[in-house]
Amino acid sequence: MATPQPSDSVVAVAMRGILKRFPGVVANDRVDFTLRWGEIHALIGENGAGKTTLMNVLAGVVRPDEGSIVVDGRQVRIGSPRDAEALGIGMVHQELMLADALTVAENIAIGLRDTGWVTRWGRIGQELRQRSQELGLPVQPEVPVWQLSLGERQRVEILRALLRGARVLLLDEPTAALGPEESRELFRSLERIASAGCSVVLISHKLDEVAQVAHRFTVMRSGRVVTSSMPMQGMSRERLAEWMVGHEVTAPVPNSAGRTPGEPVLVVRGIRALGDRGQEALRGVSFDVRTGEIVGVAGVAGNGQRELAEVLTGMRRVLAGRINLGGVELAGRPPASFLDAGVAFIPEDRRSEGAVSALSVAENLALKVYREPSFARAWGLDWRALRRHAERLVGAFDVRVSSLDQPAGQLSGGNLQRLILARELSRPVRFLLAAQPTRGLDAGATQSVRKLILEQREAGVATLLISEDLSELLELSDRLLVFYRGRVVADLERERFDREIVGKHMAGVEVAS
Amino acid sequence: MTTTFFVNLMAAGLARGTPILFATLGGVVAERSGVMNLGIEGMMLVGAMTAFATARSTGSALAGVLAGISAAAALGLAYAVVVVYLRADQVVSGLALGFVGTGLSAVMGAPLVEQREATATIPSWEVPGLSSIPVLGEVLFRQNLIVWIGFALVPLCWLLLYRTRWGLAIRAVGEHPSAADSMGVPVYRVRTISMVFAGAMAGLAGASLSLAVTPGWVDGMTAGQGWVAVGLVIFAGWDPFRAAAGAWLFGAIRRLPLDLQAVEGLPLFRNPNLGYFLSMLPYLFVMAAMVAGSQRAMRKRLGAPAALGLPWTRGER
Amino acid sequence: MRGIARVGFEPRLEVSAAVRWSHTVLSVIGALLCGAGLLDAAGVDPWAAYGHMARAGLLGSYALSDTTVKATPILLCALGASVAFRMRLWNIGGEGQLLLGAWAASAVALKLLPTSAPWWLMLPCMMVAGAGAGALWSAGAGALRAYLRVSEIITTLMLNYVAALWVAYFVFGPWSDRGFPLTPSFPASANLPRLADMADRWPSLSGLTVHAGVLVAVGAAPLLGWLLTRTRWGFELRVLGANPSVGRLAGMSVTRHAVVAMALSGALCGLAGMCEVSGVVHRLQDRFSPGYGFTGIVVAWLGKLEPWRVVVVSFLFGALLVGGKEIQPGGVPQMLQGLVLFVIVGSEVLLRYRLVVRRAGENAA
Repeated sequence: MATPQPSDSVVAVAMRGILKRFPGVVANDRVDFTLRWGEIHALIGENGAGKTTLMNVLAGVVRPDEGSIVVDGRQVRIGSPRDAEALGIGMVHQELMLADALTVAENIAIGLRDTGWVTRWGRIGQELRQRSQELGLPVQPEVPVWQLSLGERQRVEILRALLRGARVLLLDEPTAALGPEESRELFRSLERIASAGCSVVLISHKLDEVAQVAHRFTVMRSGRVVTSSMPMQGMSRERLAEWMVGHEVTAPVPNSAGRTPGEPVLVVRGIRALGDRGQEALRGVSFDVRTGEIVGVAGVAGNGQRELAEVLTGMRRVLAGRINLGGVELAGRPPASFLDAGVAFIPEDRRSEGAVSALSVAENLALKVYREPSFARAWGLDWRALRRHAERLVGAFDVRVSSLDQPAGQLSGGNLQRLILARELSRPVRFLLAAQPTRGLDAGATQSVRKLILEQREAGVATLLISEDLSELLELSDRLLVFYRGRVVADLERERFDREIVGKHMAGVEVAS
Repeated sequence: MTTTFFVNLMAAGLARGTPILFATLGGVVAERSGVMNLGIEGMMLVGAMTAFATARSTGSALAGVLAGISAAAALGLAYAVVVVYLRADQVVSGLALGFVGTGLSAVMGAPLVEQREATATIPSWEVPGLSSIPVLGEVLFRQNLIVWIGFALVPLCWLLLYRTRWGLAIRAVGEHPSAADSMGVPVYRVRTISMVFAGAMAGLAGASLSLAVTPGWVDGMTAGQGWVAVGLVIFAGWDPFRAAAGAWLFGAIRRLPLDLQAVEGLPLFRNPNLGYFLSMLPYLFVMAAMVAGSQRAMRKRLGAPAALGLPWTRGER
Repeated sequence: MRGIARVGFEPRLEVSAAVRWSHTVLSVIGALLCGAGLLDAAGVDPWAAYGHMARAGLLGSYALSDTTVKATPILLCALGASVAFRMRLWNIGGEGQLLLGAWAASAVALKLLPTSAPWWLMLPCMMVAGAGAGALWSAGAGALRAYLRVSEIITTLMLNYVAALWVAYFVFGPWSDRGFPLTPSFPASANLPRLADMADRWPSLSGLTVHAGVLVAVGAAPLLGWLLTRTRWGFELRVLGANPSVGRLAGMSVTRHAVVAMALSGALCGLAGMCEVSGVVHRLQDRFSPGYGFTGIVVAWLGKLEPWRVVVVSFLFGALLVGGKEIQPGGVPQMLQGLVLFVIVGSEVLLRYRLVVRRAGENAA
């Protein structure tokens, strides 16, 4: 694909000295950002770099503590999304802002003022159909949004922004849940939009994709701008990755132990399950996990990983299939059976699924063992023994707390994760399921969590590691499964780990084996 | 004989069901915008008392109705401020509103309890000509004005919700307030206004009670109809037409014991003690209706407005 | 942003006990002030009314005795409400459960056991019947909620009205004493002993109607506290109430706990009903409860669902009811109770957020 050239040199948006603080972190540390008319500008960086915050400032969702914004030559104050809309700035957020129960037409029309006293939906529908075709983003106006795929929903959001007068379009991780064909379509639409004179900002950490379509890019790291408005032409992926991460990216560390895993402990065959919206989330998933083995699960978010975790902990019913853990058949059983069979679970959302924020550290640590006879007294729980147990765990896992009675909700992310690990590992474990265990953690916490997972492997635990961090997966896993649209599309041994091939599998591309 | 039975039943269903209809319609609009509305009983009582008191002192039923509407709307506004701006728990606040309204109306209405004579009431309307039609004439064309207001309000509410931009704003705020906010809809204001509307409707309901259906004022005269309205909102699937069906049906069921007693072939129903059990029917009906409503919702994947009962600020989802 | 101070809300990280207590106290004061305004508008001198209420409710042994008598059912209903509320199950059927408990106890006293039965058989049977009836009445709503996701708010509320009609049927009909809306008096063995009963021996006790029910109520509080903090069941209840997902992941059964919690909640309210008919009225009659079930809900919320706090607040509300009985117009206690709940709920935002005044920088966008 030929590298696109920007046609304009007039500046659309200039942000200067943007400073935004949240409790405990500086999200944007005096950031400058320039966007030209008619260009597709990639805003690149890792999770937590500050990209979304910067665009939220531009979109009026968040107000900066300091800094100035100039749009089309005029200094402006953007205090609310409405202000941004008035200036022709529209944002499509990562979590789509569409009301599921309303139709496409209704979603697009929210807040519009020129529809008269009685809204004639028939006429609006016709207009919508026409204009959406013209813009290359066809939609069906009468369909309720909950019936649409993620790609279609995104199309509706982009269309909505454009129809409401957006000339600057901000897209936050637009390809996060799209397949390869849908991503290509999206980029084609974006190019059309840009050639019509509008500007597009693409927030993404997917270097491959943005390199294909962006004219210029800006790299952010830890709240600051590392490189600003460089032309994409001729840029190498390695350079980009280096800027993003801040140091030379080395090849994955070879697995030092070189263990030979044992017998399969977890045997999963033919799992079918529905998602929250009644769609098929898992379509016949089969795999094994052996003792002393870490199996990684790679895949773009939304391809069934969450449902897989729910099925493997008994929180979601299966339509068909078997889940056999150490000889015990678990499919269709309640969560208690999974626990008894030796499952330990580190959930994705540690604050709302991993621990009870309102209860104390000791109470949270008791959650896994309170049923055991050693902690029971005549009529109730032996809290003295439970507290001793909690103290031991806190010490062994280095959980920093002010006291055992501190509410768990006050712990930092890293400490909370260590607390959850301590609790889950306090009973003999056969199978460890870790979902996004290092997400949102700082470097030190990340290291300690990874170390703990590796230690479990040494101890012979079978581990399934679900992660969006491909580097982490490549580094820690002995085997890698790739999920795409509810199926396992690849099962790779460590020797065959190849970032590009995995990426292709993740995108649903057929790969000759 | 049977015709008279059904005619009486249907006519009374419309008449007695109308106050509940008003209250339910108000509840539907408020909950569509995402605000739970448990305090209907309190607002209805305040409306009923104020309407009666005003009608008594001014001699005008219209003044009474307007006063009742305003008083209840004021309560609704207070509740809206607490729940929308101060983001208090909606269940407990709703209960509190119910208690406040009940107590307030009892305190302020105490001097009115004795006096019931010669108060202005909302007139009935006998449509000339049409009212002589057998069956339909009785049922439809010899009703109090409030029933006609009810007939008009149901389609109007539907139009409001589904065919105007304010209705779209209300529904958007109830389904996804952050999305509505990003489209420029003033979420707080929409919710507050919806709640004030609900208060006004509850006030109209109360006024209908004290000035038309059972003229007078008695402490706690709504006898739980406000709570029934809360249940009917769920049964109605937050839709005005189903709300009407539920309300009128409820009115008929309330009337049922009386009419059964008048039927000659069934002396059983004249047993005065049986009356108590028959009086339980309406409340059991509401429970059954809610069970049916939940099943229907789960089956058709229609549910409550997605953001119902959840306080919201910009920056949170 | 201009370079001036900006006022905003910041989430509060920790809520100290001192803040919580002052919040409760200030809310009550705020409600009293609102109430004063409303009373004034109704033509009543609020300060005279309040003064009278305080004296009638708190000063002197008769006042304290009456207050305790009123506080007993309130406390039991409040404890019941707080059990259910802990799991975010909004049981507002306390009034109906109380009525049904009273009915069941009356059935035992009047119909099921012979009048010659001794008190150590009669009273426990009545208690079991009362608690059991309340439990069943409430557990039905709990099951509907747990298995069919039907709102327990509406179902428990509707059951209140059904319960009132149920009691009315018996009291006006088959159990009626010569056509009056009340049953014959209970046999002496079915009445909870009162201080006044011992007036022959200690004349100073005459007129003090405090009955043994208060022991049941005040004993239930620490029992409930122990249940919640020291037993497996209580632990599971607290976890499920705070975070049902984590509870489920830990193997707890939400549905079972919902039904059991509601049943326990109803049992306590049913027990309150038994205490009322056995300790105060000594018969079953129409409308013997001025809304203890509802008062219990307000008290539970005011006491932040903690047993000992609930005990204290119950006595305050008992005093409120006693003091308010003689004030014209009637309904003042109910109005004040609603206002207190309203004010306390409305001001809860101050517990979760702090008012912050910040100076914004200049040249902000």
